[in-house]
Amino acid sequence: ASDVSVLWLPLPRSLLTCRTAEPLEYHRSFLKENCRPDGRELTEFRTTTLNIGSISTADGSALVKLGNTTIICGIKAELANPTVEAPGKGYIVPNVDLPPLCSSRFRPGPPGEEAQAASQFIADVIESSEVIKTEDLSIDRGKLCWVLYCDLMCLDYDGNILDACVIALLAALKNTRLPEVTINKETSAPEVNLEKRWELQIHKHLVSASFCIFDDSILISDPTAEEETLSTAHLTVVTDEDDRLCSVHKPGGTSLSGERLQECISRATTRQREIQKLIAKVAHSVKKAQ
Amino acid sequence: MTPSACDKSAFSTMEVCGSLTVSLREFGCEQSLLSRPDGSASFVQGDTSVMAGVYGPAEVKVSKEIYDRATLEVLVQPKVGLPSVRERSQEQCVRETCEASLLLTLHPRSSLTLILQVLHDDGSLLSCCLNAACMALMDAGLPMSCLFCGVTCAISTDGQIITDPTAAQEKESRALMTFAIDSAKHSVLMSSTKGSFSVHEVSGLMTGKKECAPFQTNKTVNAKPKRPDVTNRLH
Repeated sequence: ASDVSVLWLPLPRSLLTCRTAEPLEYHRSFLKENCRPDGRELTEFRTTTLNIGSISTADGSALVKLGNTTIICGIKAELANPTVEAPGKGYIVPNVDLPPLCSSRFRPGPPGEEAQAASQFIADVIESSEVIKTEDLSIDRGKLCWVLYCDLMCLDYDGNILDACVIALLAALKNTRLPEVTINKETSAPEVNLEKRWELQIHKHLVSASFCIFDDSILISDPTAEEETLSTAHLTVVTDEDDRLCSVHKPGGTSLSGERLQECISRATTRQREIQKLIAKVAHSVKKAQ
Repeated sequence: MTPSACDKSAFSTMEVCGSLTVSLREFGCEQSLLSRPDGSASFVQGDTSVMAGVYGPAEVKVSKEIYDRATLEVLVQPKVGLPSVRERSQEQCVRETCEASLLLTLHPRSSLTLILQVLHDDGSLLSCCLNAACMALMDAGLPMSCLFCGVTCAISTDGQIITDPTAAQEKESRALMTFAIDSAKHSVLMSSTKGSFSVHEVSGLMTGKKECAPFQTNKTVNAKPKRPDVTNRLH
């Protein structure tokens, strides 16, 4: 045992802090040196990988990996009657699922608060950004429209699921091909032509960027699950390609000054460019392969 | 500004993105109106009304126990029907805001429950919930590092900023934002937005909500200071 202590002496104090026993101290010692335990800089996002059209049975799908965080999105289109309030519109129903498979913090059973809050967030973002004009989903005014069920399933939970969900959703919507529907004049029954499909038009390319505040002062981008639990506040900024904000979501936690918020917004716009490039590149390669 | 002036309705002007008028609807608050909870309050903003009750610190379920601080649970009950996904997201916003201002480490391994009953929704519901929550926590005499207030702003189609909008104004608006501001630094504790808006408009609102904050701080003085020690911290 004495040999070990001799070996440890020349190491910096930061490495002596035990990650399991004192996670906060462990992270602090890294943040003091302007880096993070996984080797990233404070403003750096994890490697983002995207696969479009991975589920052949869905009308549109995408798989996103943000470091270890993995989200798969499948879009299912169904015919339905439009609502009485909006007869000329279809609708989009997003759902975020956090199954027990993705992390030990989730139990089987009805969705927990985090999953419900995430679903609501995605629904709000879709509504406020108008990523798809719901008028495009209308087939026969007041009689028939498309409903898009967007199921977002987390396969591996390592923090920042909102960013991954927004990328997966956008990529899957871009990949969605809806069959043509004609209404039979005699029977007035809808006839679906599965051979002829049309692409959904994406009006806004929205990208989200999440941040965490550590010790009420240090701002870090793209937190991992461990960083999320240790931090004092979270912030998610959603922007579109015209640099308009679709959402500034901060569900609570320690306070944030105006300057800090500006900093987050400018980081979010940089992130927006990167992700848009990534989606365009993957979509292009998928088209070439077909 | 005298307390009696903000008792009725508060008006002030300021310069953000041209000119706009900050006007809040008539607001009022009553504390300790329920006998069973440890703290209670009702908060009214125009026709929007929320009742809040706080229980605790009490015993906590083992599954929810946190070893170094109290567990805070927030329940939002809608006026009609069962709580849905929207209420869950409001609960999350209120809970995390309260967690930031409460000194939860002073009551380790115990539970705090905050129940918000919506009595009527005529716009700015989330901000009314936040205000009712803050007043109820104060009434319960729980130690807090700062107070907070909620402000809802709507941006109308012609770019006008409307503070404390009614349900009709919310419906017509292009964007809707709710902020929670703390009394110590007047910075943002919570932000929740709907609709799209520019960076310029957000920075305008940031200044705007700071103008609103003094009204809300005054409101707390106004509302029957039952426990002067908490209220005094504001000054």
